Amino acid sequence: MSNHASVPTRGKIWFEALSGAEPVSRVASVLVADGEIGQERARFLAIVPDPRNPFPCAARGQVGMIEGWNLAKQVREAIRADEHRDKRAIIAIVDVPSQAYGKREELLGIFLAAAAATDAYVSARLAGHPVISLIVGHAISGGFLTHGAQANRLLAFNDPGVVVHAMAKNAAARVTRRTVEELDELGEKVIPMSYKIQDYAKLGTLFKLIDGINADSPSAADVEKVRADLLSAIADARRSPTDLTNRLESAGARENRRATQEVRRRLAEQWSQE
Amino acid sequence: MSGMQTTPQNGAGVGQQLFDPSAFLARQSLTELNGRDRAQALLDTGTYRELLGPFDRLESPWLTMQGVVPQSDDGLIVARGEIGGKSSAILSIEGQFQGGSTGEVAGAKIAATLDLARADTEKGNPIQVVLLLETGGVRLQEANLGLEAIAEINSSLIALRRYVPVVGVIAGMVGCFGGMSITASLCSYLVMTRAGRLGLNGPEVIEEQSGIEEFDSKDRQLVWAVMGGEQRSATGFADYLVEDDVTAIKNCIVDAFARGLPLQHRSELVEENLHRLSAIDGSRQLTSGEVRELLSKGERL
Repeated sequence: MSNHASVPTRGKIWFEALSGAEPVSRVASVLVADGEIGQERARFLAIVPDPRNPFPCAARGQVGMIEGWNLAKQVREAIRADEHRDKRAIIAIVDVPSQAYGKREELLGIFLAAAAATDAYVSARLAGHPVISLIVGHAISGGFLTHGAQANRLLAFNDPGVVVHAMAKNAAARVTRRTVEELDELGEKVIPMSYKIQDYAKLGTLFKLIDGINADSPSAADVEKVRADLLSAIADARRSPTDLTNRLESAGARENRRATQEVRRRLAEQWSQE
Repeated sequence: MSGMQTTPQNGAGVGQQLFDPSAFLARQSLTELNGRDRAQALLDTGTYRELLGPFDRLESPWLTMQGVVPQSDDGLIVARGEIGGKSSAILSIEGQFQGGSTGEVAGAKIAATLDLARADTEKGNPIQVVLLLETGGVRLQEANLGLEAIAEINSSLIALRRYVPVVGVIAGMVGCFGGMSITASLCSYLVMTRAGRLGLNGPEVIEEQSGIEEFDSKDRQLVWAVMGGEQRSATGFADYLVEDDVTAIKNCIVDAFARGLPLQHRSELVEENLHRLSAIDGSRQLTSGEVRELLSKGERL
């Protein structure tokens, strides 16, 4: 598990390995640093556990009030600073177990904190910043929607500890009254239900599934390989539209999101008919 | 204020308001209508045109293989027409089908409509888009495609609202939860009734994940006090609190579009929100009364 506070999480490991700089943010759960990848300037962001998080329901790396609003602040700062110059890459290092589940979070509007971060990432993308997400661990539910899902290029490690899903596995098992084994079986035939990153990759949302990386303790060669992949993702994003069409036009999407394609095609046909 | 929402389940002010029978009889409830009828009721008379309706048979490809009967519109009604004489599209979620959850087809209908509305708007034909939100969020049987659909909806909504306001309505009784609560708070204006609820995590999910001492989901008073439309509008998360009445709700929608784009959208008010957050002690539990006190002061949160 990557959400134990006692050991550095994958989010922290990869933030430090890639950014190579001191974090600029003073918020312990929101790591932010500016660095370079090749010739590219980049702002790196990661959410990490902070056992002293003022909000206890967000202490284990969940995305909560402080995380949502501070992600928004840090991404918007980069947009503002680059308004009249080349747009730096925004790199979200994703290892989030979930959103924070708390009463005070709901009272204070955690959905708006999530919307603020979403808005900032989308605004960066629309302004021409290549927004790249590197999924190194968990990318679950509202946590992923807030931090990672709005990138114009998504990359993930091909590793059993990497999971993208709408609900954590144990919670999904309880809610659907299935065993974890039954959930795995279901994932074999219903691709979007699968907890395996190789199946997630079949949906066509990923730019690259990166093989052969030691995600928990990367070698210098691993880090170089990932930097090269990030660089090619940045280059690809720079020569493409700023929306998410690439996820719809990929080979995987043409195969496994056929219903999405059909909705889009037929709705466009009917849209202007009188 | 009449006592229209004083249903026993409601909890907010039960039995404390005078019952006005004439107002009750004159109203036409929106929440009693199904998703299709809601869209029809809110569009100007005679302008309703449904797109990708049941006869197009675009249903979920994932439900049958899990023993769930799909629906030929996937529980999402796309309707074009006019609101206040202006070209509009309504996206109405049918809360009775799979709890209004967002699956691949329903989600693609929403995102594609937002994109088509933006394309028209960019060409000089602005389209007013209204989202009728009755949803528990991602459809669990379509997990990652529901999640992806919501990401794409949020992206398309933000791109559209740069040109023209997008209005969300949470009328009830399902409420608006999960990833779609993010969508709701990205709307330029949000209309709620007292029967509407808004939350990222539903009460049961919070209790399940964080324990009954964090949230007792059986405590209906608590649920409404935290997530109900009255609290959400008092604390600035919704712009309109309205009776469950078709005309009243439509008037709010017309008024919202007439206001035009907000100076800043709610999700852009980063400094203000961080400032407020810094004054809040998150280590102890808060009450809805306290939060009202905190957030009703000064500008909206």
